[in-house]
Amino acid sequence: MAITEITLMLMRGIKVTLIVLVLSIILSSLIALIAGLSRVYHNKLLTGFTGFYVEIFRGTSLIVQLFWFSYALPGLFNIHLGSDIWVAVLAISLNYGAYMSEIVRGAILSVPQGQTEASIALNLTRFQRMRHIIVPQAIRMMLPEYGNYLIQILKATSLVSLIGLTDLLYYGNIYRSTHLTEAPTVYMIILLLYFLLALPLIGFTRKMEKVAKKGVVHG
Amino acid sequence: MTWSWDVFINVIPIIFKGLWITVGLTIACYLFAMIFGFFWVFMSRIPWRPVNWLFRWIAEFIRSTPPLVQLFFIYYAWPAIPVIGVTLNPFVAAILGLGIHFSTYTSEVYRSGIESVDKGQWEASTALNLSTAQKWRHIILPQAIPPTIPMLGNYLIIMFKEVPLASTIGVVAMLHLANDYGAQYYKYVEPLTVVALFFLLLSYPSALLIGRLEKKYNRRFDKKTATL
Repeated sequence: MAITEITLMLMRGIKVTLIVLVLSIILSSLIALIAGLSRVYHNKLLTGFTGFYVEIFRGTSLIVQLFWFSYALPGLFNIHLGSDIWVAVLAISLNYGAYMSEIVRGAILSVPQGQTEASIALNLTRFQRMRHIIVPQAIRMMLPEYGNYLIQILKATSLVSLIGLTDLLYYGNIYRSTHLTEAPTVYMIILLLYFLLALPLIGFTRKMEKVAKKGVVHG
Repeated sequence: MTWSWDVFINVIPIIFKGLWITVGLTIACYLFAMIFGFFWVFMSRIPWRPVNWLFRWIAEFIRSTPPLVQLFFIYYAWPAIPVIGVTLNPFVAAILGLGIHFSTYTSEVYRSGIESVDKGQWEASTALNLSTAQKWRHIILPQAIPPTIPMLGNYLIIMFKEVPLASTIGVVAMLHLANDYGAQYYKYVEPLTVVALFFLLLSYPSALLIGRLEKKYNRRFDKKTATL
């Protein structure tokens, strides 16, 4: 049957989609944490540099960045990452890292001032204050937004076929080009597969919305 | 391949021609998303659970799957569907695809605006015997929409940055022109840099403007609560 045949064909691409997704989530979260913390750190040079990075990557489009990286890295800078998967992961992570650093910054700034004052009074070092007092409280506040961005990253992974990676959409396009009348089935199955991947992330986001609301005292 | 300033200067006017198409397409997609957003709000307010539930999941489905695949579906798959299938030109396909995708976001914005209207306002309009149309037109919407303007503005900027997806189905805007130039002269980095700069040039000031709008609205609400 056509549906099983198409699904089997698409399964060959799901590995690349998943690899790009997982690596991008890890790398973008790291970038977001570092950039977000740098922006609230009291150092003009560091704050200025990360601010510049964030505005550049948020101000231009991901698809343009993806193409730019895939041509500029090997051509202009002579950097070869070994596989285009890393180019895609780098572009997606730098882009979403910039967006997500804003939620890190926002969450840290929203921790009440009294918490900082109390930890200074308790003679904690600046690192201890961040590690034990501010960040644990901030993380809970940023989780729902974080979940939303994970879904955005999943959607962004569909772009990697444009720079020649053999992901879900790539195999779908190949199949469509030889079976034109089956195009509706092909793209519907692709959309359903993406939705299946998104479901746990949607569930995570909903759950975190509840966690973030629970037992918070505003003041 | 080395960076060439000559190429950089040369491609600026070429890419500039595509800028207006990108901006025009953004506005068209955005208007579509703004109007179609009300459709989801309307459907979620039909007082019959199965319909509510169905449309909520359809919206969730569209929101959490890639707009690129949706674009391909509308452009490549729609014509192959029997009876209702029609071949669309790339522009119309892009407006439909991106418009429908983002309408699921604008509908959430509308919903949050409507929910933020005080319950007393609904009760008062019922007490004043206003018809459903009058209630929405004169009481609810005038209060629900203005606070959402900064959020809607943010989505305009986000949409602007998603519009280059349309180049994949053959809309000749900035990104497409850059790739064409690259294919012709094997110079990709310069035209792509110009495209990125144009995006930055338009989206950064708009983001600042919306930040100021946000502050203005927040201040207004602060004042209101302060005098209450």
